[in-house]
Amino acid sequence: MRSSVAITALAAALAWAGSAAAQNKNVKIGALSDQSSLYADIGGPGSTLAAQMAVEDSGMTGKGWKIDVVSADHQNKPDVGTSIARQWFDVDKVDVIVDVPNSGVALAVNNVIKEKNKVFLNSGAGTSDLTNKACTPNTIHWTYDTYALANGTGTALTKSGGDTWFFLTADYAFGAALERDTTNAVTKANGKVLGTVRHPLNSPDFSSFLLQAQNSKAKVIGLANAGGDTTNAVKQAAEFGITQSGQTLAALLLFITDVHALGLNASQGLTFTETFYWDMNDGTRAFSKKFASKMTSGAMPTMVQAGVYSAELHYLKALDALGSNPDDGAKVVAKMKEMPVDDSIFGKGNIRQDGRNIHPAYLFQVKKPGESKGPWDYYITKATIPADQAFRPLSESECPLVKK
Amino acid sequence: MSVDTASGTITAPVEVAHPRDEQVAFLLMTLALIVAPLFAYPFFLMQALCFALFACAFNLLVGYVGLLSFGHAMFLGSAGYFSAHIAKVWGWPPELAIIAAALGAGVIGLITGALAIRRQGIYFSMITLALSQMIYFFCLQAPFTHGEDGIQAVPQGKLLGFINLSDQMTLYYVVLAIFLFGFLAIHRIINSPFGEILKAIRENEPRAISLGYKTDRYKLAAFVLSATLVGLAGATKSIVAQNASLTDVHWTMSGEVVLMTLVGGLGTIFGPVVGAFVIVAMQNYLAGFGQWVTVIQGVIFVACVLAFRRGIVGEIAHMFKRSL
Amino acid sequence: MIPLLGISTQALFGQLLLGLINGAFYALLSLGLAVIFGMLNIINFAHGALYMVGAFCAYFLLNLIGLNYWFALIISPLVVGFLGMVIERTMLQRLAGLDHLYGLLLTFGLALIIQGVFQNYFGSSGLPYAIPRELSGGTNLGFMFLPNYRGWVIIFSLIVCLATWFVIEKTRLGANLRAATENPTLVRAFGINVPRMVTLTYGFGVALAALAGVLAAPINQVRPLMGADFIIVVFAVVVIGGMGSILGSIVTGFLLGLVEGLTKVFYPEASNTVIFVVMAIVLLVRPAGLFGRTA
Repeated sequence: MRSSVAITALAAALAWAGSAAAQNKNVKIGALSDQSSLYADIGGPGSTLAAQMAVEDSGMTGKGWKIDVVSADHQNKPDVGTSIARQWFDVDKVDVIVDVPNSGVALAVNNVIKEKNKVFLNSGAGTSDLTNKACTPNTIHWTYDTYALANGTGTALTKSGGDTWFFLTADYAFGAALERDTTNAVTKANGKVLGTVRHPLNSPDFSSFLLQAQNSKAKVIGLANAGGDTTNAVKQAAEFGITQSGQTLAALLLFITDVHALGLNASQGLTFTETFYWDMNDGTRAFSKKFASKMTSGAMPTMVQAGVYSAELHYLKALDALGSNPDDGAKVVAKMKEMPVDDSIFGKGNIRQDGRNIHPAYLFQVKKPGESKGPWDYYITKATIPADQAFRPLSESECPLVKK
Repeated sequence: MSVDTASGTITAPVEVAHPRDEQVAFLLMTLALIVAPLFAYPFFLMQALCFALFACAFNLLVGYVGLLSFGHAMFLGSAGYFSAHIAKVWGWPPELAIIAAALGAGVIGLITGALAIRRQGIYFSMITLALSQMIYFFCLQAPFTHGEDGIQAVPQGKLLGFINLSDQMTLYYVVLAIFLFGFLAIHRIINSPFGEILKAIRENEPRAISLGYKTDRYKLAAFVLSATLVGLAGATKSIVAQNASLTDVHWTMSGEVVLMTLVGGLGTIFGPVVGAFVIVAMQNYLAGFGQWVTVIQGVIFVACVLAFRRGIVGEIAHMFKRSL
Repeated sequence: MIPLLGISTQALFGQLLLGLINGAFYALLSLGLAVIFGMLNIINFAHGALYMVGAFCAYFLLNLIGLNYWFALIISPLVVGFLGMVIERTMLQRLAGLDHLYGLLLTFGLALIIQGVFQNYFGSSGLPYAIPRELSGGTNLGFMFLPNYRGWVIIFSLIVCLATWFVIEKTRLGANLRAATENPTLVRAFGINVPRMVTLTYGFGVALAALAGVLAAPINQVRPLMGADFIIVVFAVVVIGGMGSILGSIVTGFLLGLVEGLTKVFYPEASNTVIFVVMAIVLLVRPAGLFGRTA
C-alpha cells in the first residue's frame, strides 16, 4: 500500500517536474555584428544568415522548440553594442548573442553577458583575452584568436626559413596583441624580429612603411593589422615589388573576402592561418554552397560566419540535451563544455574550461591566378596544425576558471 | 534664423522671450521624463538624457554665443575617460568621479578655449577640430585608456554612500536629476546679465567691444562653461554605460552633436533635447536595419537643412509664435 | 651613406619622395575643395564621397564596359562632374546666401547617403583595380625602387594643379568667376549668367575629386569608405593654405605630404595627427592661412 502510494506520489512529482521543466522551449538568438563598416563582409549579414541556417539545420523546431533570430548593427562602437545587448536581454528576452567582431565591442558586451547570466558565443573577435583575463562562465570563444593566428603563421614561416621578421603594426590594442603574440612564436622558433613600425589605423598609404620594411632586409614582413589596412598594404607591396625581390609577406589576419577584394594578382603567395575554408571537405562544401546561394553577394562563408553556424548548432544541441531552456547561461555553457564538438565544419574538437573551443588550424597560401579554377577558389593548404597545438595551452592561461 | 556670412556666425531667432511659454514647456518636459521609464527602456532613456545634456551645452555655445565648435567631442570623451578611470582605478564614489571629471573637462576647455577664441568664424571651428584631433590621438596613445578596447566594467557604486546605482530605475532618476540640473544651469546662464552680454557679442561684437566689454573673456567663460557641462554629460554617460571608449572622442561624435542640435533646433532651449532623443532613438531602434542607418541619417541631415532649418522645436515655436 | 638622425640619407630621400607623391594626392584633392570654397563659399563635405565615386566609376568602366584607365581619366570626372552639377542645381542653390554651416551640413548628409548606398551594394572590403600595363613596373633610382605609376601620379597631379591655377588666376574666365563670387549682382549686370557659372564651378571642383579617385584606384583599394578617411585631412590642407587660395592648397598639399613623410619615419603613430598640429599652429600664427586673404 505504502509503496504504491509512494510510487504514485513519485510519479506525480516527476510528471509535475517534467511539465515544469518542459515549459520553456523558447529560444531567442541575437546576431550582433558590424553590418555597415570594416567587418561587414567578414561577419555582418552573413553571420545573421549563418545563424538562421543553424536553426534550420538543427531540426529543433520539429521537436517543439520555438527559435527566433534577431540581428543588429553595433557600428563598431562599444556603447552601441552594450546598449543593444542590454535591450535585447532586458526587453526582448534574447538568450544568446553570437558573432560580435571588433575586440573592443566584444569585451564590453562580454561584461553585460556575465552580469545578466546569458550566453556569449563569440566568433568574430580576435582578442585572446576573452578566454584569458576576461574569461567568464558564460562565454565561449569559437573560431580563432590572436594567439592561434600568431602561433600558426609565426611558427610555420620561421621554421621554413623565414627567420628574420619586420612588423607593420596597426597602432591599436589589437594590432599590438597580434604583433606581441607573433613575436613570441617567432622567437620560440629561433627567429629574430629586426624591427617594427606602428602605423595609424585606416592609413590609405603604406609606401613609406613598406620602404622601411624593405630597407630592414628582413625575410618576412608581418602585417599585424586587419581589414582595409591589410588589403592596402598587400596591394602596395605588390606595387613596390616586395615579393619579387625575395621578401615574404605574411598577413596575420586575413579572410577570404579580403582575398576576393584584392584579386589573385595582388594577393598570390600570401601566407596566413585560418580555421576554416569552404573547399576543404564535403562537409564544408555542402554548407558553403548552401550559404553562398542564399547570400545576395554570392560570397562564400568566412571562418567567422562558419563559426557562428557551428557554435549555434552546438548550443542548440546542448539545449536539446537539457530538455528545455533553463534561462541560466552558465548552465547551458557548462553543458556545451561537457559535450564534445563534432560537426561537418570544424571537425572534432572540444570546449575547454576557459571557454576556448579547440579545433585544428590551417596554414593557407593564396593561389597564383593560373592555379585557380574560378571565383573563391583561392587557397592551397600548406599545413595542418592539430587542435591541441593551435591554441594557447591551458598551462599558460590566466583565466580564473582554470583549475591549476 | 538670420545669418551673417561675413563673420560666419549663426544667430538664433530674435523672438521675444516669453518666460511663461518656457516654464510650461519645462514642466511638460520634466513630467514626460519622469513617467518615461514606464513606456520606454530606461537604459536607452539614460543615454538619450546624457546626449541631450551634451547637445544643450553645445547649443549654449553655438546658438547663444555664435561659436560653432567642431571639437566638442573632446570634452565628452575625455570626461568619460576621467570618470571611468577615477571610479574604477581610484575607487572614488560615483558623485565625486562625475564632478571631478566634469571639472577636468572644464580645465581642458580653458586651455583649448584660450587658443581657439583668438580666431573667428570658420577658423575658430577648424582650430577646435585640430585640438580635438590631438586629444583623440592622446586618448589613443595613453595607456590608461586602453586604446580601442576602452575602459571596461566601470563600477556604478553607491551615490552618496547609500543610493544603489546598480538598480536601473534608481540610476535613471539620478541621471534625470543631473540632466535637469545641467539644463537649468544653462537656462540660468542664458537669462542672466552675463547671458545678455553673450547674445550682444553674438549679434555685434565690435559694438560690444566699443561699449567696454572684454569680449574675449566672456567668450572664453562661455566656452569653459559649455565644456564643463559637456563633461558632466560625458562623465555620467560612462557611469551609466559602464565603459569609456574612443568613439566618444572621435570627430564624428562632434558631427553627431551638430546633427542633434540642428534637428532639434539651433538656438532654441528645448531643441537640443528633442534632437538628442530623436537621434539616439534612431540609432537604437534602427539598429536592426543595419546597413541603412547611415543612409537614413544622411537623408535626415539633408531634409533638415533644405526644409526644416529651424529644427523640430524651432518649427513648432515658429508655428505657434512661441519662444521655446 | 651618412646617417642623419638614425636614418641613412638614402632612406631619407626615399621617404621624402614618397611623401611628395602623397602630397600630390593631397594637392589634387584639396584643389577641388579650394575651388569650391574659394569661388562658391561652400564647404563641400561630400568631396571624399565623390572622390570615391570617381574611383568606382573607373572600376565600372573597366569591368562593365571594358574601357581602360586612360578612358576613365576623362570619362569618370565628366560623369561625377555632371552629378555634382545636378546636386548643385537641385540642392545647394537653395542655400545660397546662408551661413557656411548649412552647405557643410547638407554636403555632409549627402556624403553619408552616397557612402551608405555604396556600402550596401559593394560591402566594405572593396574591389580590385589594377595598375594600367603601360605604367606598371618601376625604376631603380638608386636610393629606392620607384614604381612608375607613382612617378606618373606626381607628374600628372602637378600638371593638373598648375593648369587649374593658371585658368583661375590668369584667364578671363577665371577672372569672371572670381568677380562673380565677390559681387554677383554686379557681374550679373554685365550679362554673365552667374548661377550657371556657380553650377559649372561646383561640377568642376568635384570633377577634380573624381580625377583624384581614378588616380588612386590602382594603388588604394576601391572601397566605399576610401574618401571618409581623407576628408578631414583635405580640409586641414585647404584651411592651412588659406581658404580662398588655390595656390595655397597646392603648396600646402605638397608640403603636408613632406611633413607626413618625415613623421612616418620618426614618429609613425602620429602621422595622421601631425597635420592638425600644423593647422593649429598656422591658424594661431597666421589667421587666414599661409596664402589666404583675410575677409
